[in-house]
Amino acid sequence: MAIHLQNVSFAYPQAPQKKVLDIPHWSVAPGEQVFVHGPSGGGKSTLLNLLSGILQTDHGEVSVLGERLDQMSNRRRDRFRANHIGCVFQQFNLIPYLDAIDNIRLAAHFAASKQAAVEHQTDELLSALGIAPPERHKPTAQLSIGQQQRVAIARALINKPQLLIADEPSSSLDQENRDSFMALLMSLVKEHQITLLFVSHDLALSQHFRRIEALSDINTAGRMH
Amino acid sequence: MFMRLACKSLLNRRGSVVLTVLALTVSIVVLLGVEHVRQQARDSFGNTVSGVDLIVGARTGSLNLLLYSVFHMGSPTNNISWKSYQHIASGKHVAWAVPIALGDSYQGYRVMGTTPDYFTHFSYGGKRKLQFASGKAFSGVLDVVLGSEVARKLSHKLGDQVVLAHGIANTSFSLHDDKPFKVVGILAPTGTPVDQTVHVSLQGIEAIHIDWQRGVKVPGSTVSAEQLAKMDLQPKSITAFMLSLNSKMATFRLQREINNYSREPLTAILPGVALSELWQMMATFEHTLRLISACILVSALLGLSAMLLASIREREHEIQLLRVIGAPPMFLFLLIELEALLISFAAIALGTSLLYAVLVLAKDLLASEFGLHISTNIGSESNAYLALLMILSTIIAAAIPSLKAYKNARLK
Repeated sequence: MAIHLQNVSFAYPQAPQKKVLDIPHWSVAPGEQVFVHGPSGGGKSTLLNLLSGILQTDHGEVSVLGERLDQMSNRRRDRFRANHIGCVFQQFNLIPYLDAIDNIRLAAHFAASKQAAVEHQTDELLSALGIAPPERHKPTAQLSIGQQQRVAIARALINKPQLLIADEPSSSLDQENRDSFMALLMSLVKEHQITLLFVSHDLALSQHFRRIEALSDINTAGRMH
Repeated sequence: MFMRLACKSLLNRRGSVVLTVLALTVSIVVLLGVEHVRQQARDSFGNTVSGVDLIVGARTGSLNLLLYSVFHMGSPTNNISWKSYQHIASGKHVAWAVPIALGDSYQGYRVMGTTPDYFTHFSYGGKRKLQFASGKAFSGVLDVVLGSEVARKLSHKLGDQVVLAHGIANTSFSLHDDKPFKVVGILAPTGTPVDQTVHVSLQGIEAIHIDWQRGVKVPGSTVSAEQLAKMDLQPKSITAFMLSLNSKMATFRLQREINNYSREPLTAILPGVALSELWQMMATFEHTLRLISACILVSALLGLSAMLLASIREREHEIQLLRVIGAPPMFLFLLIELEALLISFAAIALGTSLLYAVLVLAKDLLASEFGLHISTNIGSESNAYLALLMILSTIIAAAIPSLKAYKNARLK
């Protein structure tokens, strides 16, 4: 299983009584593309942070790509995330004062990837994502939002992750850009056989996916019994 | 990549970074400058006299005697009689004795009457003898030997005529213009008050005052150079004299004898002891200066810390992003520390260059106004320690924002 959650519950240390997540069972098969929709404040980011290993819970089993994240040390989780998981968010995907190439290199740095291979792949990914060479050396803050999101995908894919977590990655784009962005994302994911977990409130985007889930079906926290 | 990230991040916030660098630079200039000038002043003073065992003058404080006889600062309290000088100088332990007579000036430079022995015996800075850059010691009554700086500043050369002034004010209206002196020698630079001294013979001093009474010229009476040569110009009094002894063991005994000299109230001092008294007096002042410069450094470092702490807040998304792409919290701690160190290094580089420039510019002023000879070489061991201390304090000061970044990263 690419993702496997068993009896996972989570509450922030500031409010230990208030469970944000309570997931009896949920899993995603390798290579699957899943669309999860739900309102904001429904524990979306918490779930994604648990899956990427930024947050950790001591209740339940969190397995990603066959590894128990809940049993790993902090250091190993950080390294695991760098090597195996790519993340793209709605905004703040890039260090604004670094250019596209440095942003991608930085991601490769934490995965300790070979430099020569990284350079070649950076070129390839940026070309595939339609970032022209002159744009690659500008601080990313000077790129358009659409370009920034595409660089963000390149940054997320540089370490050849098996799992890509996308949190409203297209929500700041206009309709036209959104469609081309989604098409590009889906083709890249299929080409590299990456498991995709795509979270959005925008149900219109679900047309790109075969498996569609509501967060409220997965997460039983806050539900009236 | 780590370094690149830190540099670009600092460049991205160049406004506040530049101001922080400047604040640190100022504190470094003050800290290193105070330390450097302090050391140089000590060296320069300590080098002024060497090979002299005792300095003898009229009854006064030892510091006062040291200051006016060696450093030509302040004014002598009283003169001592030539007889006492001869009596003490002929003592059996005395290797050599050199009398000095002060009280006149030339263009603001002190005139010192002495004997030609002065040029052979007096030494400075670890037994270095006085050297003539050109010419020789005075032999005639109206001959003069200039210190190197006097000659350079007033662009005098051998054979020039100089008119001495009565008193030691920078602009004296009572000139000894009836008896001009001739430059016969110019000394090589020593870095001591000798450079700012005009040397004449004791007879010369006597000669220019021959027709003076109670500090003013008696009108109408002038003595020609021919007459001078025939006159007995043996001085009746001098300001002080320097003694070198055959046996160092006799120093204290002779000092006591001179201090108890019955025919005239005299004071004998050991230059080294008097110098260390001077340092003790200066110590409080030095400590205060050091304390102030330390406070300036601390405040600049707190400024650095505050700037970085504020930056952590505005970089929350950046920290979060670094975490997402796999940066461990330690990376963030080190990143902030590295940024602080880069600022500190920049400030040290800028500060030392600035200090160097200031020293080069202020060198002549300090030498002419304060008689302070400052080397522009600031690469001393203690300054290296100061720089190291500064780097360590930067690391400590930056620990606060770095820990904040670390914690933010941990707790998300």
